Amino acid sequence: MPGAHAVEVDRLHVVRGGRDALDRITLEVARGTVTGLLGPSGSGKSTLMRAIVGTQVVASGTVTVLGEAAGSAGLRRRVAYTTQSPAVYDDLTVAENVRYFARLVGASQPSATETIELVGLADEAGRVVRRLSGGQRSRVSLATALIGRPELLVLDEPTVGLDPLLRRDLWATFGQLAADGATLLVSSHVMDEAERCDDLVLMRDGRLLARGTPPEILKRTGATRMDDAFLSLVVDA
Amino acid sequence: MNGSAPTTARVLLQLRRDPRTMALLLVVPVALIALLDWLFVDQPGVFDRIGAPLLGLFPFIAMFVVTSITMLRERTTGTLERLMTLPLTRLGLLGGYGCAFALAASVQATLVSAVAFVVLGLDVAGSPWLIVVLAILNAVLGSTLGLFASAFARTEFQAVQFMPAFVLPQLLLCGLFVPTDEMSRPLEILAYALPLTYAYDALERVAVGGVYDWRLALDVAVLIGCTVLAVVLGAATLRRRTS
Repeated sequence: MPGAHAVEVDRLHVVRGGRDALDRITLEVARGTVTGLLGPSGSGKSTLMRAIVGTQVVASGTVTVLGEAAGSAGLRRRVAYTTQSPAVYDDLTVAENVRYFARLVGASQPSATETIELVGLADEAGRVVRRLSGGQRSRVSLATALIGRPELLVLDEPTVGLDPLLRRDLWATFGQLAADGATLLVSSHVMDEAERCDDLVLMRDGRLLARGTPPEILKRTGATRMDDAFLSLVVDA
Repeated sequence: MNGSAPTTARVLLQLRRDPRTMALLLVVPVALIALLDWLFVDQPGVFDRIGAPLLGLFPFIAMFVVTSITMLRERTTGTLERLMTLPLTRLGLLGGYGCAFALAASVQATLVSAVAFVVLGLDVAGSPWLIVVLAILNAVLGSTLGLFASAFARTEFQAVQFMPAFVLPQLLLCGLFVPTDEMSRPLEILAYALPLTYAYDALERVAVGGVYDWRLALDVAVLIGCTVLAVVLGAATLRRRTS
């Protein structure tokens, strides 16, 4: 059925700095799911995400997002992206940052306030981003991505440096957004976050190591923890 | 020009949050023009002759530096990559920046001019208002060249060093130190290939001659043309996709 997948990647080949950052990857991401992109740093997670949002120069292969070629103008309101290091304006307040991105995507001011509440920063709304902790900054970045209620959210390590309680809350939010119909592609190098995903993509050295639901991957490897599953997949490969 | 109005508002907000840059933009040119007046206090007529042209050139230099660094910050912090995934056109982004800095430049040029004409008693043959307008045009040109130059710097340190590379040769050749018609032929040709020569020529025509002729109109046309060209070239350096 056409349109069943939010993202379709076909034999994607990306070269960065003279080496294959992505080595002919083929992959689909189902709509309305939270898909975890897992792997050690340098495995190609960020490059794959950049290719999906259309900021990466690709050598060959195709990436189709919500039925259109990745990066096409029509997708700029429907896809949102956060980079690994929070890309927000340090010298503006939380509210000013979110309101700026709200105006760019045509979202209303009340929804800016709602979004700040959603990421748990209501008390910090008037503070300048420079004065916030690393975890708070990455939540500002997240808020600027959530603001337009995009159909596809591509989040590069959104939970780095967050305390466990906040991480749990954010994963609950991701689940809620997916339940409301959004598709989320979330990268992480923390394996225990894998269990919160509907679907997993395990990467290493620019290649797909495995994919499936968390129980499937555990069953296939006979492991009880995702860390061990990943290890046995690496050894088998 | 999708997204230019929010971007203008955002850049102005950032400027307001940065008192040091505000001081650089507003206080330094005023201090420089006052210094110039003091320097030539015993040589009547000199301040009147070079004060007005310099009044028009200071905003060019100040805006070049501030804009190139602000834009470079956008590139290096990753916000530019974020913006390139949003429904914001490249011209919209540069237009937003251009409007914000043009507004800042107008405040700056008006303030320096007010101090020069009212407090320091600068006297020009033509209309002081025309000097203010030319100063604003130069400041906008400086901003747009700064936006363009930022594409060639990787760090803020490099961006600051572009000031001597981009601006000083233009300042030396613009006619302020040696009139262009007294330069050797190759230098004269080079001078007329640089936009600041037209800026200086226009300022000098208004300040000293007080005649508004086709040459003045040509100077202004070149300044506006260079500004537009710098925006278009600047937009070409913004890439939605990078490797």
